[in-house]
Amino acid sequence: MQQEVVLAMLAKEPSHGYQLRARLRGALGPLGDAMNAGQVYVTLTRLERAGLVAVERSADGAERSDRKVYALTPNGQQRVAEWIAEVRWPRPDLPEFHLKLIAAAAAGLADPLTIVNTQRRELLRRLRAAQRAAMAEPEGSEAVLLLEGIVLRLQADLRWLEACEQSWTHRRSGS
Amino acid sequence: MSTAAATSVLGARGLRKEYGKGEGLVRAVDGVELDIGAGETVAVMGPSGCGKSTLLHLLGGLDRPSGGAVSLNGRRIDDLGEKALARMRRTTVGFVFQAFHLMEELTAVENVELPALLAGRSPRTARRRAQELLEQVGLADRARFLPSALSGGQRQRVAIARALSNQPLVVLADEPTGNLDSAATLDVLRLFERLHASGQTLVIVTHDARVAATSDRMISMRDGAFVDETRLSGGTSGQLGALVGLEE
Repeated sequence: MQQEVVLAMLAKEPSHGYQLRARLRGALGPLGDAMNAGQVYVTLTRLERAGLVAVERSADGAERSDRKVYALTPNGQQRVAEWIAEVRWPRPDLPEFHLKLIAAAAAGLADPLTIVNTQRRELLRRLRAAQRAAMAEPEGSEAVLLLEGIVLRLQADLRWLEACEQSWTHRRSGS
Repeated sequence: MSTAAATSVLGARGLRKEYGKGEGLVRAVDGVELDIGAGETVAVMGPSGCGKSTLLHLLGGLDRPSGGAVSLNGRRIDDLGEKALARMRRTTVGFVFQAFHLMEELTAVENVELPALLAGRSPRTARRRAQELLEQVGLADRARFLPSALSGGQRQRVAIARALSNQPLVVLADEPTGNLDSAATLDVLRLFERLHASGQTLVIVTHDARVAATSDRMISMRDGAFVDETRLSGGTSGQLGALVGLEE
């Protein structure tokens, strides 16, 4: 779990760890299933050590992390503001696949079209998983929009695979 | 193959469709073998011009093959006479098209009941069935609307309800989401999922991977022939976390 995400979820108001976790789960839907309770607390502990988060009060002075209320420090607030303003986009690993096809064809290691078809099947399985998850979300779920983003990215990847297939079919029949 | 053939609802053997002659000969469908089992959802996917729409027309008896055979529920339909073929289309196949093909001067419920009326059902039976179907597709409150007053997604749901009017053995859909935005596509896919759960046999030709991915089996078509087949089962959200980097 990215530290800034946990930090930003705290920006609304000081919260217990379990409240943060509930917010994340609501926003992520089925994607949040993979997130375990420990991850949020581990991240909060790291943020506390880094001086970005402070424990506001502990019920009965208990040391159990699920009793603590966490709040942003001024440094934490600044980090959140920076993170919000940052422009980043995850880099899809297209060069690796592209080079795999070229290397496989050049050395006769495998038929590029077989590699493309195998990759397509895998992406279709993922697309199916994302699509079914989107279809299963209740009305008004925040997570649908995220799942739709995943679906659209996979569709784009599948379109590129189609272009790969066409190009490699062409090269094979040309040689 | 043998198990699929045993319960095959729709089948094709050596199916061909050619246009033109000599130099200009186009093999739109070139030797297709297909068996679709009862209750199966099969997607045929390929770029435009690969012959998938022509294939669907041959399977549904909208067009006649140049060679090979099509059988529906074990009965050959490619050699039926015009009258018998028209009857078969009305009663055993439901069509869904990209452009909806609704009658613009008829209301939603009138569109949906039309195939039942043409098949000789009484007006009252046809109307009752149409209203049930509109309820199934979530449009009971739009029954008296003209198509022009409906959104694209709603129009396609009306068209799907119409396709179900005579409880067809198989529903054939040609690019059913081609004219729809993302949210309306999701609605149509949800509807197909429900049809699938109720045991409806469904064949969808599409270039949209999103539609194909919801099927049981996806066939890739290029230049009139099948080039790859993928059986897509399960599809839980278990692997989703890995997709977005939530898991290590």
